[in-house]
Amino acid sequence: MPCESWKVKLDTYLDGELPSEEMRAFDTHVHSCSSCAADALARVQLKRGVQAAGKRFAPTSEFRRRVQGKIAKEPRRSFRLTWMFAAALSMLAVASLLTAYVGVQRSHREQAYGEIADLHVAALASSSRVDVVSTDRHTVKPWFQGKIPFAFDLPEVQNSEFTLLGGRMTYAGQSPGAHLIYTVRKHEISVFVFQEGAFRGRWDSSSATKELSFNIATWSQGGLRYFVIGDASTADINNLAKLFKTTHS
Amino acid sequence: MPLFDQLYNFAHWLTRNREEAEDLVQETYAKALKGFPSFQLGTNFRAWMYRILRNTFLTSRTGLRVTMTVPLDTEDDGPELAVESDTPETILVERSNRELLQKAIDELPVYFREILLLCEVEEMSYQEIAETLSIPMGTVMSRLSRARRTLRDSLRPQLQEGSATAAITKGTNRAL
Repeated sequence: MPCESWKVKLDTYLDGELPSEEMRAFDTHVHSCSSCAADALARVQLKRGVQAAGKRFAPTSEFRRRVQGKIAKEPRRSFRLTWMFAAALSMLAVASLLTAYVGVQRSHREQAYGEIADLHVAALASSSRVDVVSTDRHTVKPWFQGKIPFAFDLPEVQNSEFTLLGGRMTYAGQSPGAHLIYTVRKHEISVFVFQEGAFRGRWDSSSATKELSFNIATWSQGGLRYFVIGDASTADINNLAKLFKTTHS
Repeated sequence: MPLFDQLYNFAHWLTRNREEAEDLVQETYAKALKGFPSFQLGTNFRAWMYRILRNTFLTSRTGLRVTMTVPLDTEDDGPELAVESDTPETILVERSNRELLQKAIDELPVYFREILLLCEVEEMSYQEIAETLSIPMGTVMSRLSRARRTLRDSLRPQLQEGSATAAITKGTNRAL
């Protein structure tokens, strides 16, 4: 689809109002089109500006008391209605809190996935992908000693379809972590290990999910947060994740 | 009272006056309480409250005065294709000029102001906006698009003027 066709829908996309399939297609396009990405960024900035500028007027406490008093003074016959009205308002408050909570959690999660995807892509784009080059886990694991404030186990992959390329140190959320790179057929998969708490947000899925066109699996084990990410199939990502989980247990 | 702050903010933007905004909010709550039996449980309560406020505003003296001109809503507004290096958005963010933006929003016709605020400030979905304003979804999209374009157009000359002043000041400072 030419850029012009995307741009017509840019506002609707940024408002999150396109059908999910089109949203995904738009995501992919924006990631590969600098013109649309720049336009999207500019519009997001204006959206944020309007959002901030729009929250301008606040009621006085005296006025708030006056309205509260007026509602409370409603005649007795409308007690039930008043109660129901108050209940509707309360439900709305709870719903808003829940929505806000879920939204914040989702935003933290998406931010973390974005950061992990960035680390993965940056490493693969680098001329020196790994700092310790070895297919032997007994060489790679000790290399991290003294470099990261925790220890973790690496699975034996000799008899599997995965090959360990090596490892490197990485940082996310200002916390040091381990970055391991594996290959499966022609795909490269990153495994990240951080201390739990390096990322905020709730992680409700331990099986691979699709984020930013990558497959990602994440789980927590022994106070550590693991991420397995790559463009390999969901099954490959889950298999590598499984190897790590079994090694630890 | 949930919604109280949001309704007041919206009312103030519509009326541009504190006393009138207070009257409008008070009347909205009174009407909502009185008309609560007409509210269908399971439907959108927030949109219902905003609809009451807006309808009350439209029938007020100020509302009647400012909404004499009805916008021509077209479904096809045509694409906006030009991407400039210095867009109103980027300059705005650089300067964090909230007051400039507030002035621009305030100067929008009320039918653009309200839809923009419902979308950006209240973060309503198109469906909720359609319910609140009692207009079809297609109209929500086209009116929103026109509101945003009008806002950008109104910001552009002010920002360019500001940029020129800033550049002159910068130059003068350098010369000194």
